[in-house]
Amino acid sequence: MSRFTGTDTYVATDDLTMAVNAAIALERPLLIKGEPGTGKTMLAIEVAKSLGRPLIQWHIKSTGKAQQGLYEYDAVSRLRDSQLGDDRVQDIANYIKRGPLWEAFESETPAVVLIDEIDKADIEFPNDLLRELDRMEFYVYETQQLVRARHRPTIIITSNNEKELPDAFLRRCFFHYIKFPDRETMERIVDVHYPHIKRSLLREALEAFFEIRDVPGLKKKPSTSELLDWLKLLMAEDISPEVLRSQDQHKIIPPLHGALIKNEQDVHLFERLVFMSRRGKA
Amino acid sequence: MLTDFFFKLKEGGVPVTIKEFLTLLEALRKHVIAGSLDEFYYLARVCLVKDEKHFDRYDRVFAAYFKGITNLPPDLLAQIPEEWLRRQAELLLSDEEKELIRSLGGWEKLMETLRKRLEEQRGRHQGGSKWIGTAGTSPFGAYGYNPEGVRIGQEGSRNRSAVKVWDQRTYRNLDDAVELGTRNIKVALRRLRRFAREGAAEELDLDDTIRSTAKNAGWLDIKMVPERHNAVKVLLFLDVGGSMDDHVRVCEELFSATRTEFKHLEYFYFHNFLYERVWKDNRRRHTEKMGVFELMHTYAHDYKVIFVGDATMSPYEISYPGGSVEHHNEEPGAVWLKRVLDVYPHAIWLNPQPEDRWGYYDSIGIVRELMEDRMFPLTLAGLEAGMRELGR
Repeated sequence: MSRFTGTDTYVATDDLTMAVNAAIALERPLLIKGEPGTGKTMLAIEVAKSLGRPLIQWHIKSTGKAQQGLYEYDAVSRLRDSQLGDDRVQDIANYIKRGPLWEAFESETPAVVLIDEIDKADIEFPNDLLRELDRMEFYVYETQQLVRARHRPTIIITSNNEKELPDAFLRRCFFHYIKFPDRETMERIVDVHYPHIKRSLLREALEAFFEIRDVPGLKKKPSTSELLDWLKLLMAEDISPEVLRSQDQHKIIPPLHGALIKNEQDVHLFERLVFMSRRGKA
Repeated sequence: MLTDFFFKLKEGGVPVTIKEFLTLLEALRKHVIAGSLDEFYYLARVCLVKDEKHFDRYDRVFAAYFKGITNLPPDLLAQIPEEWLRRQAELLLSDEEKELIRSLGGWEKLMETLRKRLEEQRGRHQGGSKWIGTAGTSPFGAYGYNPEGVRIGQEGSRNRSAVKVWDQRTYRNLDDAVELGTRNIKVALRRLRRFAREGAAEELDLDDTIRSTAKNAGWLDIKMVPERHNAVKVLLFLDVGGSMDDHVRVCEELFSATRTEFKHLEYFYFHNFLYERVWKDNRRRHTEKMGVFELMHTYAHDYKVIFVGDATMSPYEISYPGGSVEHHNEEPGAVWLKRVLDVYPHAIWLNPQPEDRWGYYDSIGIVRELMEDRMFPLTLAGLEAGMRELGR
């Protein structure tokens, strides 16, 4: 049996690998939640990579429909073609467009399906997929054809918690919540991405990063992906660790902070707090 | 043994179902895990708990149930007598504590007591009146009730192991739902979902299509109309502390029900009456406050405002500067309420006090006057009426 253990570009904690392996072994969907930027979407990509399976991505929008994941019947083109006397019009199958789930069901090898940000869609969206996810089959009414999965794909679903998902849907999934990484895990994650980063720079940067995350009242806390962007910038600009530690009144916030704090109010708040704490020390 | 665990979870307020339990057994049968307790902790959580807000409850049940076991027997499905479990736990107890357990009426009784304590604590924690500032400490430590066999949150366990995870109760802050009893309220709140036509063009407008196709001399001219989206936006203000303690449970039900109903829902807390500042997190109410002016600038006037409070206080707290029980307010609360009502024309006040008692409190009269009589009791009927008012 294939097992997922993390990859050389993705650090998976024990509980996460456990969840993924349970989903693979029992061929049931895995629902992933967690703070933005904790690598929910990356997980599916990495799972596919490490298992050597094809990845089929389905990104959900607010106007998305469950049906689009299965197939779409383009009646409008058919109507237009019929007026133009196109021959294609005789066969309805010409106007059936396969969705990502259909592709996954028909795949020669077991596929990994990513259903990204399922909470973006309508409340009813997950309910419309119950049978498809459970039995891994669906019916195409237009061509009266039953599509059944050759191999049950590994389905990874991400949610940003914008809406609560229906119980019936949750019952059919495994659930994992990606906790924000602690310092140690974070160091491993950075290691995986930037193996050659200077130790001293990393130490100071992480210090600053966790300090910012601890600032009460930030509208948007910086996440792992933002830390990685920031480190990349720091390395590109060749900023020395001493600058990060500097107590200089004029440089109260870390250089290139734009990568970490994305909101003007947050920048003001942060400046104010740092200023006050520095003044307290002086 | 596991069936028992299942029921304990149910008792502990984790909404587990048989289907999920069978999934767990299937996973065990397929040897997804090798057999350590840490792994089992994660596996059972992945299978049984479907929302991070229930992680804390799961941790508590798990800690209580598996106390004293570090490795699972090779075949988990073999029934293990509970007696064995009990003995394991008792090994860790001192004579004195065993005596205490006996005095409490035995193990079962102790578990029962523990559960009650935890429930009581959860209520208070959510109410936010007593647990402010103690968030980092163990509830049992704080209460001096600490028989070894069931202590929670004090285990000095190995670093980075799962035992630590459930003892830490990391997910305590995520538990914001009161599941039971929200159904009725949900029904009433649906009234508030008013469907406004906005969003991308999506649905076929058949009438218009026929009309314009005919106009087009038979050549198809497809017309679309925007699809319906739930566009209701709500600001919810909840009174906490003081005289509201009695009503906290009802308010929490309302709160957890509303969270699922709207796309835009922002909630804020206040104490007794609305003044210049409100807050979002009860445990940080003294550090993270939001100015009401800032709030009015942030949220557009098409938000609908719902106040939930018993409006039972001294009239001074509403109509005089400095009347607040917590701080010195420069301007009377009435002025602040007026400002909010000026910005948000659609507003109601839900009052958990029974309607027939409203006449006994001067303050309720004042608030009703300020709200232009848009005060409704926190009952199904009151909610219905209130939602109708908001929907106008």
